[in-house]
Amino acid sequence: MLAKMRQKAKDLLSSGVVSTVIGYGEGSGNRVRALFIRKPDDADKLILDERCVQNLAVYLTKREVRALGRPAVVARVPVMRTIQQLMFEKQVAEGEVAVIGISPDSQVLDFPDLKSMAEYVSAIPFELSADEKAAVEKLEKMTAGERWNFWLDVLSGCSKCYACRQSCPLCYCERCTVECNQPQWVSVPSHGLGNLEWHIMRAMHLAGRCVNCGDCFRACPLEIPLNLLTQKIITDIADKFGGADEYALNAFKPDDKEDFIR
Amino acid sequence: MSEFEPKIIAFVCNWCTYAGADLTGTSRIKYASNVRIVRLPCTGRIDFMLLMKAFSRGADGVIVSGCHPNDCHYTSGNFHARRRWIVFKSLLDFMGIDVRRIHFAWVSAAEGAKWAEVVNSVVNDVRALGPYDGYKNLAPIAADWRIQDAG
Repeated sequence: MLAKMRQKAKDLLSSGVVSTVIGYGEGSGNRVRALFIRKPDDADKLILDERCVQNLAVYLTKREVRALGRPAVVARVPVMRTIQQLMFEKQVAEGEVAVIGISPDSQVLDFPDLKSMAEYVSAIPFELSADEKAAVEKLEKMTAGERWNFWLDVLSGCSKCYACRQSCPLCYCERCTVECNQPQWVSVPSHGLGNLEWHIMRAMHLAGRCVNCGDCFRACPLEIPLNLLTQKIITDIADKFGGADEYALNAFKPDDKEDFIR
Repeated sequence: MSEFEPKIIAFVCNWCTYAGADLTGTSRIKYASNVRIVRLPCTGRIDFMLLMKAFSRGADGVIVSGCHPNDCHYTSGNFHARRRWIVFKSLLDFMGIDVRRIHFAWVSAAEGAKWAEVVNSVVNDVRALGPYDGYKNLAPIAADWRIQDAG
């Protein structure tokens, strides 16, 4: 598989179809880092194993990366979902990006265009893993007071470094609400109020968009389980709006059901 | 110490509930004076951050109200708002925030009596719950001036 992926990267670069291949390479220690391959010969530096989980789609909307020319990106299923969502949000257009797809069983996939990638990834059911479901349900079973204390406790270490935002390929706004100080929507100091406001806001702005790649959690230096919030919203949207729309909060049904509006 | 009087902030849409609240007044219906009304163009404009701000600025309860489904002045603002509220309310509950303090209603421009009833029942509910100290105490330094400032 590795050889096939490297060969594909080499072909794409030498034929001039793309000018950069964004993939995974060895970092320091046992870590994996994102690699930006510009020359066909460098394609042999690409690696692919179970450590390669970062969502590389995060680079597609960055200006510095766009300046490099047309990229190809090594994409597992969550990355392909992200690209699909970015297309829906008009951040990535057909022809702007080539995808070196990696199937769940680590086969290299060939996609002539993004449309065929979107069709492939749409056919794979989007749902939480059993562990993720169990974690959400565990919290749901607590009393409101217990949940409040749980979140105050896990968020108490948050210093709002915004690594969760930076690592998220769908948090691409150039002006984030958190940087707005007229009005100051989110309190700056890292006390309970500001932390709570930030995490609610982050989850709400990803509602119906999050692809559950888990990069926010992996980026968090304090290992705050902040993706529980987005997973909860994914569960709710599936339950209440009947499956994942492309962007559930961008759509509505006149007969959406609720039981709390009088 | 005198009995606790809750501070309620109501976010209402310009076309239905604000006009409805106006009708309550012109119909000379008396209702609890604990509510401070904030008029916005449409329920679709009621950002969830406004509700968060109300609580952090010392509100004990919040009312969000707009046109009934299919009556939106902008055709679909309230449908979008409804989806957002469904997700938002569930998220707040998941975080342990007291969702008994957040009330949603559809009040049309003709429902002056319903507005009075909504406000009265919310004020009674929140009065029974007491002040929302849990949220106010999140930012201990600012808590004092906030309570005084909110008048």
